[in-house]
Formats: sequence, C-alpha cells, structure tokens
Amino acid sequence: MRSTPHRPSVFHPLALAAVLTGLLGSGAVAHAQTVYVSSEKDHKVFVFDANGKQTGAIDVCKRPRHMMFSPDKARLYVSCGDSNQLGVVDRSSAKMVDTVPLGDSPEIFDLSPDGKVAYVSIEDENVMAAYDLATKKPLFEVKTGGEPEGILVTRDGKFAYVTSEEANLVHLVDVAAKKVVKDIKVGNRPRRFAMSPDGKELWVTNELSANVSVLDTTTHQVKATIDFKIQGLRQADITPVGVVMTRDGKTAWVSLGKANHVAEVDMATKQVRRTVLAGKRAWGLALNKAESVLYVTNGLSDDMTLVDTRQGKAIRTVAAGRVPHTPVVLE
Amino acid sequence: MSARATGTPIAGRVGVALALSAWLTGAAAATHMVAVVSLDDDPRHDPRRLERGYPGHPRGPLLHAAQLGANDSEVGLRAAGQQLQVREATARDASDLPRLLQQLRNDKVTYWVLDLPAPLVTQAVQAAGSNAVLFNASATADALRGTGCAAQLFHTHPSQHMLQDALAQYLAARNWRNALVLQGPSAEDAALGESWQRAAKRYGVKVTATKPFKLSGDPRERDLANPRLLTTDRNHDVVAVMDADGEFARTLPYATQWPRPVVGANGLVPLAWHPQWERNGGPQVNRRFAKLADRHMTGQDWAAWVAVKTVASLLRDHAKATPVEQARLLRSGQVFVDGAKGPRLSYRAWDGQLRQPLFLSHVDGVVGTAPLDGVLHPTEVLDTLGVDEKETACKAKP
Repeated sequence: MRSTPHRPSVFHPLALAAVLTGLLGSGAVAHAQTVYVSSEKDHKVFVFDANGKQTGAIDVCKRPRHMMFSPDKARLYVSCGDSNQLGVVDRSSAKMVDTVPLGDSPEIFDLSPDGKVAYVSIEDENVMAAYDLATKKPLFEVKTGGEPEGILVTRDGKFAYVTSEEANLVHLVDVAAKKVVKDIKVGNRPRRFAMSPDGKELWVTNELSANVSVLDTTTHQVKATIDFKIQGLRQADITPVGVVMTRDGKTAWVSLGKANHVAEVDMATKQVRRTVLAGKRAWGLALNKAESVLYVTNGLSDDMTLVDTRQGKAIRTVAAGRVPHTPVVLE
Repeated sequence: MSARATGTPIAGRVGVALALSAWLTGAAAATHMVAVVSLDDDPRHDPRRLERGYPGHPRGPLLHAAQLGANDSEVGLRAAGQQLQVREATARDASDLPRLLQQLRNDKVTYWVLDLPAPLVTQAVQAAGSNAVLFNASATADALRGTGCAAQLFHTHPSQHMLQDALAQYLAARNWRNALVLQGPSAEDAALGESWQRAAKRYGVKVTATKPFKLSGDPRERDLANPRLLTTDRNHDVVAVMDADGEFARTLPYATQWPRPVVGANGLVPLAWHPQWERNGGPQVNRRFAKLADRHMTGQDWAAWVAVKTVASLLRDHAKATPVEQARLLRSGQVFVDGAKGPRLSYRAWDGQLRQPLFLSHVDGVVGTAPLDGVLHPTEVLDTLGVDEKETACKAKP
C-alpha cells in the first residue's frame, strides 16, 4: 500500500475501515465487495477489497482496458487492446477461462441487454463491431469516424451510440439496420458516455474542450454543455474522460484527466458542485453499490484513489499496477 | 535517380483511397481541394539522403500524410456535407514552380500544403495572393514567421527557435547548465547556432566554449574533425552539436572524450513528432500512417497531416468563408485541431505559427515533452516555445 504526500486526508487503515463501514449505511450488512481494476501494462486484472487492499491478481489477455460483468455477474469481460481479444474471466475461480477474437485494438465495449452480443469500438479499423459471445463469431461492422471510443447500447437494445475522437461526432447506430442513422456534432475529442437513469439524457465527455455535452435522447441535439473550471488550472489542463451517475439520477461524477481531479455535477441544474483531487491522469470511474465510495483509476501515477462521495474527499490512494484503466465494483 | 521514381506507386495508392472516399461520401458533398506542393529535385528529398534518416529530417514526400489527414477527417466532414480531395503538385525544379503555382490558381485550389525550401515558400505566398490558405509543413526558418511572414501563410511545423527552446528547457529542468557547443560551417548551421544561443540565454544554459567542426579526414585538420579532440574541455555537462546536415552529429554520441550526453542534432533531439510517442492517441496515428506509407511518421509528415486536419476544422464550421476570412479565423485562435500531442492546438495570432508541445527524443524514444513542467507563461504555456507576441517581427495580418 502506498500513500502519496500531496493528496489530502490519508487515513490510518483502521480509521479508514471505520469510515467505510459507516459509509455503507447504519444497520446494513457490509456486503463482501470486490473491486476489479484492469492494468494495461501488466496484462492483469487486480482484485481489491472495499478498502482498497489488494487481494489478488488475475492473468488476462494483453493490454486489458474496458471491463463489464455478464448480466448474471458470473463472468467479467475485459477487452484487450494488444492481443485483440475479449477475455472472459470466471469470477468464482478468478481465472480467465475463454477469449473471443476481436478486431485490431479494441477499446471500449457495451453488451446487449440480454448479454449475448458485445459491441466493441475497434480503434485501428474505425468501426464499431458486434460479436456473438456464444459462438464467438463477428456479426457485423459499422464504419465510424476516426478513433472510435465510447460505446453505449440503449436499454431496449435497438441503438448504439459511438464516439469518434477524430471526427468530434457521436454516431447513432441502428443495430438492426446495421448503419449510422445520425451524426451528432459534439465537442473536441469526445470520449465516453453515461445515460441518465430515466434514459432522457446522454452525457458525452469532450477531452479537448474541457466540457461535457448533454444530448437529448429524443431530439438528438446537444441540450446543455457543462464546462469545468479549476482554480489555478488553464482550460487545456482539464481533460474530461470518465463519467458515472448515481441511480437516483441526481449526481454525476466526471474524471478530469490531466487536471488530476474528479468533479461532482448536479444533474438537474448542470452545475459543478465540487471537485476532488485524485491522482495523475484520472480516467476510470466506478461507484460502489451504496454510492458512498468512488473508485478512480489514475493512469499516470499508477494508482487508484478512493473518494468519499459524501464528504467529497479522497480517503486513500493505493497502488494499482502499471497504467490502471478501468475499475468495476461487485458486491 | 530522381524522387519521381518513388512518386508513381504513391499516386496509385492515393488514387484508390480517393475513389473509396468518393464512394463513401456520395455525390452531394461539396469537394475542396488540398494540394501538396513540392519539388522533384528538393535536395532534402534526395533518395540517398532520405536513406540516412538523420533525426529531425524528412523520410519521404508528404503526400501520404496529407492523405491520412483527409481520411481521418472524412466522416466528420461528411456530417457537415463537405469532402476533401488531396492532390499531388510537384514541380520539376525551382524554375518550374511558377508554372505549377499558376496551375493551382487556375484550378482554384484553395488549400496549399507546402513542402518547399524556405525561399520558395515566399514565392508560393506571392503566387497565391489572397486566393488560398497556405500551410508550411517543413521549413523551420524563423524569418518566415518574422519579417518574411504573410497574412495567408500558416506554419504547422515548429520553427527552429521553438525546437531549440524545447531543448534548452529540458537542459534547464535537468540542471545540465553548461554546454560545450560544436558549430558547423554552413549557413544553415549558423542559423541553428543562433536559435540555440537565443534559447540558451532564455533558459540560463551557459556556453562554456564554442568550437567549429568540419567533416574531414585530413590529418592536418584533425582538431576540427576528431570528436575526442573537439571535446577535451573538462567543464561541461553536455555537448551541443549545431549540425543542420546531420552527418557529423551522427558520429558524436559515445565518441566524446568525456562521458557527456550529446544534444542538438543527435543524441537528445527536439522533434515535432516521434513514431514511438505512446500517449494521446499517438500509437493510432503512427499505425495508420505506417499502414498507408510503409514507413515511420516524421515531424514533417505530422505537420502535413495536421495542416489537412486544420483545413477540415475550417470546413466543418466555416466552409463558406473566403480564404482571407478563413485566415482571420485561424489567427483568431478559435479554430482548434487535435494533433495527438495532448492539448488541442491553435494558431498564434501574431505570426500564424501552430502552437504545440514538442518532444525531446533520444532518437529511440521520447524522454520528455516541452513545455517542461515548471516553465511558466502569463497566458499560454505553449507560447514559451518560439517567438512570443511581444517579440514578433511579423507585421502582416489577414
């Protein structure tokens, strides 16, 4: 375990445990919680407990990046950018048990609502590709703008949204027709998505515009833009990438990349409530089930920051391999 | 054999790419032409010289890089109802250039990406008048950004002052503050030396001694040509070699009298781009380029690529603007382009230079990026590289 001097509120482990137990809610049984973190240059997924104590490591395919659970949570899927595979990790045995071959340099993916199809952004081929996970066969491809990244499948499974970092667009893909039906112009270098729980708003982080575009999912127009500002930092130093939302649709957390902060945003007013210092190049985000702790992976300081979402403070930062990409939480 | 020999297969492949883009975009989009202007007999592109691959020097023509810029912009432009077509515009030699430039004017080509030696850049500016937006993708001369600047001329390749500032910032940040300078004999070497001196002064790097070098095997000139004899002084941290040609500088690393790093034209070299840059989408750009061109991407290629991406940015929002209006927009600093080097990039209001981070490379990889951490500027830290607003000698404005 490692704590970094410039970060605030580094707690004593015992005190931390007490805080975390408190955060999980009075009376609630503290569920056994596991945090999985993909580490791009270790070809491993590291396993942590709720407090950020590393409990294991799972060997996976080369350069693991985005991760998601199967709908029954029995398997963890991980896209591997260098070996062009989707790794399938069996959770109970904590081993990679299977792989699905993908196109060149896969990055972010999403699953169909039934968990049978993976939609993957294939960075080097400028396509969104769909794969049948049971047969491990590619189903179809849709051409996108340069460097596709973020992917989000609608809850009815009929459409997928894809960002193109090069073209500054969000593509709306009709999955049945297998084609782009709308190009939506957003900010510079759009990266990743989150859908509001009511399905009415799609948030897109714009890495080089220092903001988030909020799309209306019925008109597919940008209805609001949320700018991020941090005292002492210039706009060019604020590079939003990750975004997650609470289940009540009231709060969004956005990671600000080079600014080394995460921002808490009021989803109704679109105002930034506060920013919290994390580590270097904060990208990946995940909330625990109680939404009391935000896990932030910091790609350039090779660590993960645990943020107390109620206090708005970093509780602790722990080592997380070389270039940690995505955290996911299971409890 | 002239560079023409390598031109034919390139043209073939680019033709395929163009046909593909036309098929994808359909007929409705407005087509805009980008010409890559170069010389067949450009000494920088002499096949034997390209083979040497000195750091910071070009590795081939810039047509592929421009085509990659168009490919990368295609889908974004499609959404705006626009498309780009890249065309090769090669003059046999300097005397043939006026004919070629007149042809571009007659064909109403609005965007010229120039891969020309500095004096011919000025010739292209005059030929274009206010009918085109020009991008200098390879000439590093600061005069083109200063007294010789022009309203319609933009620079995507960093200037020599910018490159030397990047190097001096790195040395200062490392506290390697004493440099033994080996100075080459040519006019280009002298210009390089002037940029270096300016940068060293700005960042507090002390020149312990300046010694002329000469490429020579003559034993009577041994003290000018022998790396060990040239570097016997004791009190220096680095050996800075001012060699625009590159042949002498290549003989220096690990060949000095004392174990001192070589910087400048070899060893630690400031560059606009590097094929091993592994952040900010660099690997994707490098892979796409290598696939198209069968070679590594250089700073000159990067500059041509980012020039075409600038054209795409203009067309996305301001397709109807005249070339003069577009030049004003670029100079306003409100047109942004993603150069895969971290921040989004914009053009300087005072001289049309693209502000950009630069790489400090030990040839095999990138060890640092400039501006270095800790270098400060009142408004825009990228403007610590090269000529800032208060220092500019550029008077021309669109």
